[in-house]
Amino acid sequence: MSELGILLEIAISALLICGAFFTLVGSIGLIKLDNCMSRLHAPTKASTLGVGSLLLASMIYAFMTGEGSVHEVLVMAFLFVTAPISGNFIAKVNLHRGRGTDALQPVPSDQVWGTYSEK
Amino acid sequence: MLSRLLPHPFLTALLAIVWSLLVNEIKLGTIVFGVFLGLLIPIATAAYWPNRPPVGRPVKLFSYMMIVVWDILVANVVVAMIVLFKSNKDMRPKWVVIPLELRTPEAITMLAGTITLTPGTVSADLSEDGKALLVHALDAENADDVCADIKHRYERRLKEIFE
Repeated sequence: MSELGILLEIAISALLICGAFFTLVGSIGLIKLDNCMSRLHAPTKASTLGVGSLLLASMIYAFMTGEGSVHEVLVMAFLFVTAPISGNFIAKVNLHRGRGTDALQPVPSDQVWGTYSEK
Repeated sequence: MLSRLLPHPFLTALLAIVWSLLVNEIKLGTIVFGVFLGLLIPIATAAYWPNRPPVGRPVKLFSYMMIVVWDILVANVVVAMIVLFKSNKDMRPKWVVIPLELRTPEAITMLAGTITLTPGTVSADLSEDGKALLVHALDAENADDVCADIKHRYERRLKEIFE
C-alpha cells in the first residue's frame, strides 16, 4: 500500500473513533443527566459531531476507493438544519408538562411564552 | 422582470447544488436539470412566501456559517467534558431570557437554530410578541453572561446580514 493510503487509513480510523466517542458521550449524557431539559443537551450536540465525524470518514473512504461520494455533505446539511427543530419540539413538550407548576422555571411576568399563549 | 423570473437567486443556487449532490455526479445534464429545478421551484412557491428578507451580504453569511461550524466543534468538546466529568449536583442549569433586536422571522429562526447547536444552550421558546427568546443553558454561572455572549456573537452578525 502506498504512503498516502496508510495516512488516509489512519485518518479514517481516527475519525471513526472520534465519532464513536462523541456518540457514546451523547448516550451517556442521556442516561446520566437528571432533568429533562438538561438531557436534551447531550443528544442535540454530542451527536452532531459524532455523526459528522462518521460521515467524514465515510466520505474519505469513498474517495480512497475511487467511487467519490458527496451524499454525506447533504446528510450533514440536513442534520444541522433539522436537529434544532426536533430539539425545540422536545423543549416545548417540557414546557407544556411544567405548565401551571413552577417545577420547570419561572416565566418572566411581563412576557407570555408562545407555548403558553392562550390566543 | 428579472425579479419575477428569479424571485430568490439564493434558493435557485441552493436547489441546483442540492440536486447535483443528490445525483452524486457532475455532468452537464445534471447541472442543467438542477438549474431548471432551481428556477421552477422558487417561481412556483413564490406566492406562499411573501416578504422574503433579501440577504444583503452573502459573504457575511458565509463567514457567519464558518463561525457557527467552529463553535459547534468547540461546543461538542465542552458538553462532552461537562457530561463526563461534572457531577449532577455541581451542574447549574439555568433559563436565560434573551430580548431580541431581530425582527425578521427568518433571522430569528437562524438565531434559534444556532443557539441550539452551540455551547451548552438550547432554545426552547419564543415570547408571544416575538420579542424575547427563552434559552436553556446546561451549565451557566450567570444568565446575563450567556445572554450577552449570544447577543454579541450571533445576533449582531445576523442583524448585519438580514436587517
